[in-house]
Amino acid sequence: MRYYTDEHEWIEVEGDIATVGITEYAQGQLGDIVFVELPEVGAMIEQGKDAAVVESVKAASDVYAPITGEVTETNAALEEDPALVNSSPEDGGWFFKMTIAAPAELDKLMDEDGYKAFVEDL
Amino acid sequence: MRYLPLTDTDRQAMLATIGAASIDDLFVDVPEVARLDGPIRGLPMHASEMAVERHMKALAAKNLVAGDVPFFLGAGAYRHHVPASVDTIIQRGEFLTAYTPYQPEIAQGTLQVLFEFQTQVARLYGCAVANASLYDGSTACWEAVAMATRVTKRSRAVLSGALHPHYAQVVKTMAHFTGDTIADAMPAITAEPDLDGLIARIDEDTACVVVQYPDILGRISDLTPVAEAAHAKGALLVVVNTEPVALGAIRSPGEMGADIVVGEGQSLGVGLNFGGPYLGLFAVRDPKHVRQMPGRLCGETTDAEGKRGFVLTLSTREQHIRREKATSNICTNSGLCALAFTAHMTLLGEKGLRQLAAENHRLACLAADRLAKVPGVEVLNTAFFNEFTLMLGGKPARAIVRDLAERGVLGGVSLGRLYPGVDALEHALLVAVTETTTEEDIERLAQELEASIKETV
Amino acid sequence: MNAPNKSGWKPAMELSEDGMHNGPATTTGNRALMLEEPLLFEIGRADVTGVDLPEIDTSALTRLGGLERADAIGLVGLTEPETVRHYTRLSRQNYGIDLGFFPLGSCTMKHNPRLNEKMARLPGFADIHPLAPQSTVQGALEVVHQLGHWLCTLTGMPAVAMSPKAGAHGELCGILAIRAAHEARGDAREVVLVPESAHGTNPATAAFAGYRVEDIPATPEGRVDVAALKARLGPDVAAVMITNPNTCGLFEKDFREIADAVHAAGGYVYCDGANFNAIVGKVRPGDLGVDAMHINLHKTFSTPHGGGGPGSGPVVLSEALAPYAPLPFVRKDDAGEFYLVEEEDGEECGPTFGRMTAFHGQMGMFTRALTYILSHGADGLKQVAEDAVLNANYILRSMEDILHAPFAASGPCMHEALFGDKDFGGGLSTLDVAKGLIDEGYHPMTVYFPLVVHGAMLVEPTETESKTAIDQFIAAFRAVVERALDGDEALKQAPYYAPRRRLDETGAARKPKLAYEG
Repeated sequence: MRYYTDEHEWIEVEGDIATVGITEYAQGQLGDIVFVELPEVGAMIEQGKDAAVVESVKAASDVYAPITGEVTETNAALEEDPALVNSSPEDGGWFFKMTIAAPAELDKLMDEDGYKAFVEDL
Repeated sequence: MRYLPLTDTDRQAMLATIGAASIDDLFVDVPEVARLDGPIRGLPMHASEMAVERHMKALAAKNLVAGDVPFFLGAGAYRHHVPASVDTIIQRGEFLTAYTPYQPEIAQGTLQVLFEFQTQVARLYGCAVANASLYDGSTACWEAVAMATRVTKRSRAVLSGALHPHYAQVVKTMAHFTGDTIADAMPAITAEPDLDGLIARIDEDTACVVVQYPDILGRISDLTPVAEAAHAKGALLVVVNTEPVALGAIRSPGEMGADIVVGEGQSLGVGLNFGGPYLGLFAVRDPKHVRQMPGRLCGETTDAEGKRGFVLTLSTREQHIRREKATSNICTNSGLCALAFTAHMTLLGEKGLRQLAAENHRLACLAADRLAKVPGVEVLNTAFFNEFTLMLGGKPARAIVRDLAERGVLGGVSLGRLYPGVDALEHALLVAVTETTTEEDIERLAQELEASIKETV
Repeated sequence: MNAPNKSGWKPAMELSEDGMHNGPATTTGNRALMLEEPLLFEIGRADVTGVDLPEIDTSALTRLGGLERADAIGLVGLTEPETVRHYTRLSRQNYGIDLGFFPLGSCTMKHNPRLNEKMARLPGFADIHPLAPQSTVQGALEVVHQLGHWLCTLTGMPAVAMSPKAGAHGELCGILAIRAAHEARGDAREVVLVPESAHGTNPATAAFAGYRVEDIPATPEGRVDVAALKARLGPDVAAVMITNPNTCGLFEKDFREIADAVHAAGGYVYCDGANFNAIVGKVRPGDLGVDAMHINLHKTFSTPHGGGGPGSGPVVLSEALAPYAPLPFVRKDDAGEFYLVEEEDGEECGPTFGRMTAFHGQMGMFTRALTYILSHGADGLKQVAEDAVLNANYILRSMEDILHAPFAASGPCMHEALFGDKDFGGGLSTLDVAKGLIDEGYHPMTVYFPLVVHGAMLVEPTETESKTAIDQFIAAFRAVVERALDGDEALKQAPYYAPRRRLDETGAARKPKLAYEG
């Protein structure tokens, strides 16, 4: 099941683990991405707080944690090839995986249709 | 007024276009209370080029020019010969009157210069990457400490007692506000620096240890053990160099394991200028630390036709993009001083820098030997490059320096001036010798020093 | 006719079929006066030097403690003629004020008088050591003192800290003095308020000094929202940082009211003086309730920008903050002698917050700035501000019919005119207009700053441009803007005629190459 935040992060839940990235819309707004600063594995991150940074040539944007949990894995491919976030934001360009400390937090997020409608309104 | 091209006719025509009756109409948003009714009182009116030149020359004439007398001051600012072509290069209007290369298509001159400068500094320091320069050595030193705290996520810095005291003060001033802890010390008056004592102060909370090389007393020693000890505790080694010419003769800090190397670049191209503007150098040994560096970086790229070109890069570290999350609030580099440095370094090259360093050391050895013969004077250092410490047999060095000046010799920097109120240091004099020093200058200093010591209580 | 044209030299211009002069590619890549220049490391040699130094037997280097360099440093050298040519060729790939109009908003690219350069090079200023005995540098100390006096008088402030090395360093000085003043009272305030339109250095400085930064909203007319600011004031607010004139080019007309409110709430007022050139000699910030303000000598007082520094950022301080000023500073004794207060625990230093730099500040910039100030005098400096403001308003009113000027209705602008990218066609942007201006022979204005206007273009003509030069710029600017409004696709590829076409900044950042390898 995939959820979306109004800050343009997506989160894919599979069992106990969730994968996080930024949306197609977000990558389009940022332009060519040159660097992604990922959290450390083992870091505790909190819903709505800074978790990663994504940089284009002229901007640095914070990526917020969609939910609270512990980072279990980061996408090593982004270090070598940050452009993956542009070419495949919602698949190969994922940022990190995390545990789900409070599943109820997911209820606050949007589903795919909700996010589509949200973006259309922007 | 010679710098203002508008005529009154122009002004009237422009006001008409704007739709304003008078200049004052353009200042209507200034509140009444703050509007002045004429030129600020108590200040002189405009003056001709000739009149201003006369005024400034009169002020300049009140100073004793270093080049006019035997001169031995150092302590972080060194008098070297700057080739004439350096100044003509930095006075080219395209360099002098350009700004930060925000539009790279029409700033390739500045950008290529910065790329070459970065390469020269990195190689001199034995590092992978150098930035496009900072304000000066002391502020670069603080930036290195701040960077080490970011890299290690620790907040304690250990300063060697033989770090330039002004640099240590800058670091302590800044750390007070950032909440970092600075463990500093006084220099011990010993022939060789106490590296074991320094190493003993490194602990598990230490972000970095900061060592000057050559140090404030002019001493040089192998810093490899400090690097190893720092790394064993997860700390970084920051090496500070205030005399880049030394690195033409002695091993680079990077070779000895320094993680961040910073320094003052004034010696090459810039001149004394009473302390500024100078040139902060900043380099890192490991390229993975690049994104934590402060200041501007110039990088190579290509243009739309595939031609090689240069741009400022990794700007997202900087204040104009990152704002309160920037690695530093620094906005400018020291561009024109960097140009002077790199042009001088280009004239020297590998061969010239090594010769220059050798000549500095040769003359410093001559001076040390001659001054050691002055009754009551001892040379403290076992090893030095072009600056060493004299112990004046219990005589106050500050008074001796003033007395020497009366005798027409600028004889050195007293540790008493650098460490006011520290009794243990008041009898020590720092003497710097460069290629501009003649053997006659050395003899003159020896004789005047001998006389001064005799006559000073 | 008697032997016409013996030499065979036959002046005639042949045009290509399309009437253009585009010739064939050259083998060198050069185009007459447009000369390519290799990197130093591609032309220099390790065994060449442009300085004659004695050949010394390096085995005589005896007291280096066994630390002699074993390996090559990796430097290369050039002889003097090669060096001069290398840098001369590179210089020609740069735009500078000396070449043309440089309306870079917020940066104040005014003419740099050459007398300043000459005076700074007098050996009495250039060849003196910062730690020379003070009796031997009385003239230098007097320069610092005289310039400080001018800065205090022009700003209507009682004290000045001269040592900050640049504008951002000056900001830091001011904010540290504010923090020290609060600390001295045991008042642990945590927040600094900064408008969104501020220079990035403002929030970076406040954050560095340990403060949390909060935005102050702006009104639709481009000024600080006074009501919102007043509502936010309280015991946790240490200071507000306001640029005046602000980065939208407007005078903050409620500054005094803001300052009074901040003071009533126990905070201090930091004024970013980057734009002081608009009001120098006309308005004294001290009359508006400022506690600290830095002055960029390289802006208002014409010291050269030098391709990005060195700057100089003295900070004027109110009575409340003056005791916390950083060391060292220059004083004058009763006998008329100048001396340095440089000892942290000395009798005269007061509760200083410490030291910001090794020596006494940017002496080389002080001599230049003082030379400039003496040249203009009180009357000339007032004229400087008036002409700078007149020129900016002239541009604003000559462009507003075709270019979106978001605050044109907010009253006259000060020294710079702000525009936005509204109504551009064909996906064209502010960047394309900037690059189009390069082809027209101009340095572009500041772009995408301030952040409060979409596609911002901030145009600052300065007072050292003639009406003719400004009229020519307006004509060129209008032409490029009209192309942007029409969606002229060709603009997307501009510049065509600069030493380089658009550069791949993305590639540079993805795979940074920051030093020559080879």
